[in-house]
Amino acid sequence: MALSKIDVANMLTGATPVANGGTALTSGFKNGVDPRPLSKPIIVNGDCSVAQRGTANTDESASGVYRVDRMNVGLSNIGEFRLSQETLSSGAAYNAGFKKAFRIDCQQADASPASGDIANMTYKLEGNSVQVFKKGTSSAETYTLAFWVKSNKTGTAQVNLVDGDNSRMVSATYTISSADTWEHKVLNYPADTTGALDNDANKSLEIEWALDAGSDFTSGAVPSAWESSANTDRSVNDLALQDNTANDWAITGIQLEVGTFSSTTLPPFQFEDYADNLLRCQRYYVQLGTVGDTQSGFPARAFSSSGLMFAASLAVPLRGDPSTTLVGTIRAFDDAGTKDSTSNFALANYNNTNSNIIMLQSTGFSSLSNDQSYNVMAINDTAYKLDAEL
Amino acid sequence: MIIKSVKYLLGEGDKKVAVNVRTQDDEYIGVPISTNNKDYQEVLKWVADGNTIEEAD
Repeated sequence: MALSKIDVANMLTGATPVANGGTALTSGFKNGVDPRPLSKPIIVNGDCSVAQRGTANTDESASGVYRVDRMNVGLSNIGEFRLSQETLSSGAAYNAGFKKAFRIDCQQADASPASGDIANMTYKLEGNSVQVFKKGTSSAETYTLAFWVKSNKTGTAQVNLVDGDNSRMVSATYTISSADTWEHKVLNYPADTTGALDNDANKSLEIEWALDAGSDFTSGAVPSAWESSANTDRSVNDLALQDNTANDWAITGIQLEVGTFSSTTLPPFQFEDYADNLLRCQRYYVQLGTVGDTQSGFPARAFSSSGLMFAASLAVPLRGDPSTTLVGTIRAFDDAGTKDSTSNFALANYNNTNSNIIMLQSTGFSSLSNDQSYNVMAINDTAYKLDAEL
Repeated sequence: MIIKSVKYLLGEGDKKVAVNVRTQDDEYIGVPISTNNKDYQEVLKWVADGNTIEEAD
């Protein structure tokens, strides 16, 4: 802890000196001490600054899609979202230090969703990232979720904490008071002494912002205490975001804290520099190869006339076995020339998820010599997309 | 991810190491046969709905 001032007044009187001249350093700091048990923010990319998949708008009609890293959407038969990374240039969130946001526009409306339709935004956390909440023990901690939000729609919406390991949930609500205006929301959730979260690299806790839904998800009541998960309680309060193509909703500055804080006691958002933020995101998604001409050489070996496996280096070990997408062409060089593949790209093996070496393969070649060494190059904007999201 | 079709991919020794998923947008995704992968969990649901994974070429 760095001190900017010495509390001489208290020292002279014999009272206990207080850090920084007896004045709290900032909101949320008691006597200048950060109350947080972790040195890093629990939410990765909470400032929405990293968007490895690109910043262009994409129109989506299905669940599981990412645009800004770690920010996921759920969408089931309720129109289309247009997803983007919004650049901020003014407003209260901008003044609080946030330059980017995750934005959802209603691209295709559905003003009368069927009973089973639902739209939401989710953030998913690994079990080993949330053990600090001591859920399922007698020492269980409370939760505070804070974020900046902006929408053309005003009204009240709910945010659910969902424990996927034990099928439990709890909710809190926030109200957007002014249209098209960044507002800061601070939500409190109770501790849960029931249901420990698995201490592994799989999804345990999910934050779900309800945006729109049919009656299967709206007919219950907002659970202010932990309960067994009930679909009917998930979207009791939502914004009906998909009822008009003029609608939009954006979020940034997401922070999840251990303990109960108000808007005046909330510890400040923990900004990370871009490099640290990017590395933390790359535990879940990374794109190798990128752009340009021949580059990104990897040592390779043929295991059949059509199959080649190669070792690629990762900056950060992935969370688990990734899905793979090939953009462009894999070119294998040997003394005799080149052989290309544009298909059948997959993970060969990744047995140790603490390793930064991963084996990838393609069986889209022809006329390879079995057991021969090759050098694999990415050509003409080739990219290997590795997705280990939760 | 909305799945259109799924086919096994073979690795060294003709071991089934992944499945090649064709999505409704005709994008191809290599999905490892691993229950900690979210896309493989989708494939398992797709199979539970009565669909079949094609054998590798």
